[in-house]
Amino acid sequence: MITAGVDVGAKYVKLVLLEDGKNVLKRANGIVGFDLWKSTTEVFEKALLDSGLKRGQIGQVVATGMGRKSIQKKPPINPEEIVPEVIADAKGTYHLNPAVKTVIDVGAEEGRGVKVGENGKVKDFVINERCAAGAGTFIETMARALEVGVEDMGPLALKSTKAIPMNAQCCVFAESEVVTLIHSKVSKEDIAKAIHDAVAGRIASMVLRLGVERDVVLIGGMARNPGFLPPLKKELNTEILVPEYPQFVGALGTALLAFEMEGKK
Amino acid sequence: MSEKSREFWRWREYRQTVPNMDWHEAKMVTAGVDIGSVGSKAVVMLDGELYAYSVMRTGGVSEETAIRVMNWALEGTDLKTKNVHCLVGTGYGRVNVPFAKRTITEIACHARGAHYIYGPTVRTVLDIGGQDCKAIRCDGRGKVMSFLMNDKCAAGTGRGLEVFADLIRVPIEEVGKVSLNVEKEPPPVSNTCVIFAKAESVALLRQGWPKEKVAAGYHLAMVNRIIDLLMRVGIEKDFVVTGGVAKNTGIVSRLERNLGIKPLEPKLDPILAGAMGAALFAKALYEKQIGLR
Repeated sequence: MITAGVDVGAKYVKLVLLEDGKNVLKRANGIVGFDLWKSTTEVFEKALLDSGLKRGQIGQVVATGMGRKSIQKKPPINPEEIVPEVIADAKGTYHLNPAVKTVIDVGAEEGRGVKVGENGKVKDFVINERCAAGAGTFIETMARALEVGVEDMGPLALKSTKAIPMNAQCCVFAESEVVTLIHSKVSKEDIAKAIHDAVAGRIASMVLRLGVERDVVLIGGMARNPGFLPPLKKELNTEILVPEYPQFVGALGTALLAFEMEGKK
Repeated sequence: MSEKSREFWRWREYRQTVPNMDWHEAKMVTAGVDIGSVGSKAVVMLDGELYAYSVMRTGGVSEETAIRVMNWALEGTDLKTKNVHCLVGTGYGRVNVPFAKRTITEIACHARGAHYIYGPTVRTVLDIGGQDCKAIRCDGRGKVMSFLMNDKCAAGTGRGLEVFADLIRVPIEEVGKVSLNVEKEPPPVSNTCVIFAKAESVALLRQGWPKEKVAAGYHLAMVNRIIDLLMRVGIEKDFVVTGGVAKNTGIVSRLERNLGIKPLEPKLDPILAGAMGAALFAKALYEKQIGLR
């Protein structure tokens, strides 16, 4: 039995095709365009094509992500159910590591903390969905101000050992602050580190409200940024685990939920 | 400048000297310099009457900006900064005003300045500046009773409007007027954060919304946010709006419509309220110094 999980994020669509609730057959992703339905459908159809599968061979589909409603009740994906991100996050992370108690999910536009209970159920959660300063967009905007590729930001930050405080909280204000720092001849490495420290500080203060219990697992696109993990560990004063495909954990969670639904049918 | 590289956010700097006034005849020459996060303002007063002022963009170094904005206000007159009896600094960069006798918070200065510009009936002052937004309650003497401010987030500030003006390629001075050019008010953009609201606006433009409609949605979201702040401090008549954004008719008219309270019409440029308050505080300080008070 093959089930599918779709995570329609702010920046990327992530898809997981799962066999028998265990083996990942396929991971696929694509940038989200203005038409969420179209972007998601393209990723879905290409994944099927690449795997030599037809829509009819896929069982249940569950969707999550901020754009999940855009594909609801619309073929060809037409998911049986849509769920909030925190449920998908908890489910997917628990599957990968049953010892998980706290999930931190930092995506393009949102940051989330999830307290995971028995069987990967959500016990409690916190979300920042209002402010770009606590999400990947912050790094991206600052990369533009620094004239550095977004992929290079993390490695650049790792080269610095200085702690320069960023005063501005807001992404828009921070952009001017970065320009001022550049003019005062602060190195790009130090600025990049300050930027990562700032995001880590904000995520940490949000997660601390929830309470931090090990194992702590970091997922979402920001988990792939090597510059983000060290300051986050430091702020939370804990070991943090990162799975192999952190950006697909939400999609994996929905594929697992879809498999559970198959069993109940 | 080519259309592509045009900076739509860049507002015009300006200055003025009030004609037929002679500083040589004044007993008290006082000044206020308001170094804001985005704009810097200098006001020179003769015996408590406006004589000269200037408004320019704040540069990277506050000290230099303070000197420049003051010199520009005095341009064309033979008055020099050293002839000013007393000068007070205010605003975000107030600690860096080199020739200031004292620094006073912009909250106190805006209340004082609004009291001067609009008269003693003012009870609520909304100051929307470049990087913050303050709701101030004051008494009949222009004294601050309480205030609330947002200085953490660009949503609901002038800087947010600059970002938006650049996005829809409409000069910042006209963006408010453009936003009023809709038959029916659209729903507000749903995002708080300027970065997200910008992304949302791009999506709306691509869906074929005209600029005017997107601008209306953006202004409305901003106004809703400002009203939240006003409601928390409590609003009492008379109500006035100061700061650079007071010039944006899209914001002010929506405030009036959604609050059901008409802000008083300014008799003087409302962007000067802070600097004017500082110059008035300088006058009071000087009076004390020479034993008039």
